[in-house]
Amino acid sequence: MARKLVVISAGLSVPSSTRILADRISGAVQREVTARGESLEVEVVELRGLAREIADHLVSGMPPSALRQALSAVSSADAVVAVTPVFTTSYSGLFKSFIDLLDPDVLTGKPVLIAATAGTPRHSLVLDHALRPLFTYLRAVVVPTGVFAATEDFGSNGGRDGEDGLDRRIARAASELGALLVSTSGSVPGFTAPAVDEVGKVDRISEDSLTPFEQLLGNQLR
Amino acid sequence: MQFGIFSVSDITTDPTTGRAPTEGQRIQDLVRIALKTEEVGLDVFATGEHHNPPFFASSPTTFLGYIAAQTTTLQLSTATTLITTNDPVKIAEDYAMLQHLSGGRVDLMMGRGNTGPVYPWFGQDIRNGIALAVENYHLLRRLWREDVVDWEGKFRTPLQGFTSTPRPLDGVPPFVWHGSIRSPEIAEQAAYYGDGFFHNNIFWTMDHTARMVDLYRRRYEHYGHGRADQAIVGLGGQVFMAKNSQEAVKQFRPYFDVAPVYGHGPSLEEFTRATPLTVGSPQQVIERTLGFADAVGDYQRQMFLMDHAGLPVETVLEQIEILGSEVVPVLRKEFEARRPADVPSDPPTHTSLIEAGDDHANAAMGPRGRVEAGSN
Repeated sequence: MARKLVVISAGLSVPSSTRILADRISGAVQREVTARGESLEVEVVELRGLAREIADHLVSGMPPSALRQALSAVSSADAVVAVTPVFTTSYSGLFKSFIDLLDPDVLTGKPVLIAATAGTPRHSLVLDHALRPLFTYLRAVVVPTGVFAATEDFGSNGGRDGEDGLDRRIARAASELGALLVSTSGSVPGFTAPAVDEVGKVDRISEDSLTPFEQLLGNQLR
Repeated sequence: MQFGIFSVSDITTDPTTGRAPTEGQRIQDLVRIALKTEEVGLDVFATGEHHNPPFFASSPTTFLGYIAAQTTTLQLSTATTLITTNDPVKIAEDYAMLQHLSGGRVDLMMGRGNTGPVYPWFGQDIRNGIALAVENYHLLRRLWREDVVDWEGKFRTPLQGFTSTPRPLDGVPPFVWHGSIRSPEIAEQAAYYGDGFFHNNIFWTMDHTARMVDLYRRRYEHYGHGRADQAIVGLGGQVFMAKNSQEAVKQFRPYFDVAPVYGHGPSLEEFTRATPLTVGSPQQVIERTLGFADAVGDYQRQMFLMDHAGLPVETVLEQIEILGSEVVPVLRKEFEARRPADVPSDPPTHTSLIEAGDDHANAAMGPRGRVEAGSN
């Protein structure tokens, strides 16, 4: 069964360096999964096209249809690659607003690769100061290597230089995610994320997940 | 089937004039709205309960008692009564009194309230919302059904040999609805007792509403109160009407665009597509509302929110007039035409509960006092 990777890309320009980085990462993850004898289906969620819907959802409490699909895609993914530009020392507001709209339980136990782009390498700790705590809070399994790319990493040699070149970092992170993806998919019940409904929310509106009323009443029943 | 008006009791600036009514003015306006509800032939008026500005409805039974004295057929209800932060003993006393004064024209809708800071003002914590709703309502139910109550729980001082007075009119406790938008526990609670379930769908998509109602219906059957399609369901609705849809949209848009709940967000067109809000001709409102029954099944009570977003009271009264004269008579006919004979048309009323006696779920404390399918 094909694994499903969802890539969240929060770049604002077209094309954006954030999307370019996202594509390089998803390509590398693709190779890692294929090398392990499995196939990978990649879906990219570009937040730029959802910007208005994200704002509408925040004020109205209802996801419009394209956003609903995007939230649902993240919920049903086997793994997530999250890439944001750095704005004023942190993830972008658009990126955070999208994450805020996810049900807090849908990333539980899910492998996540974090990545960021910025104009200067001096922002590189944003991965460990902003993105990692965010996903740890959501109980995702964040792979140890994060991928940070400053403008100079996209230089003439494409960041292919040296031990710590961008390609090397991407390959290491992709290998970590690939290993988790292949080992956790279609796996033991209890280790997988909870079932989600079509809005991408954990499905509580069903008889299966209901607490019987006698139990809610507790010692009031005598 | 019952049709009615419910109000949130907000004081909102009219965006077209920049003026907000005073509290005193708005309270008198709501009295006119409630009286108009009976005058145009609608069945129910329900007031919200809030304890923070910009709302004024902190004292529902005072308001409803005043309305009861000036009406003869109007059913008086709430939307909602805060079962979390009110003392269930006081709810039992206040609404039993209202039931006597109004000649049995009272039912209630329980709700939890969604404003965090309100809870501590009444010594509670919003994180206990569900637990409070469960414990307080079970006590309320006992206070109306047992003459002498010994009780001990988690959230309130114990009671020893307590009798809530006045006793319910004719020994029949008011019918209760439970309102919830997202919490399956509340649908389950309503089903357990065989009470009504109200989904205030006005800011929600119909597929979500349908799933909540479906859960309640299946659990109602599970607890032996009747078939799923016989469960007692109520829905909200929100409409603005003019002779044709262009005129309705033109008049309503300035209010929609800056409305407290959904303003500054989706466009009027997007919002009317996604939610039950209908801005158009009376015929459009009829078609849209009839469609609700396709989504949730044949139901018993349809409430409309009309006085919101700072609309002037004269406009609200006109809208209620159109509802009563052009919309509801058609809805009554069409809803009954599609309803199977053994699915109740109305929710239980004081009269029907007297007739049903101890056979009715309303007389019992839970699923053990079950009714057989069809005897509702």
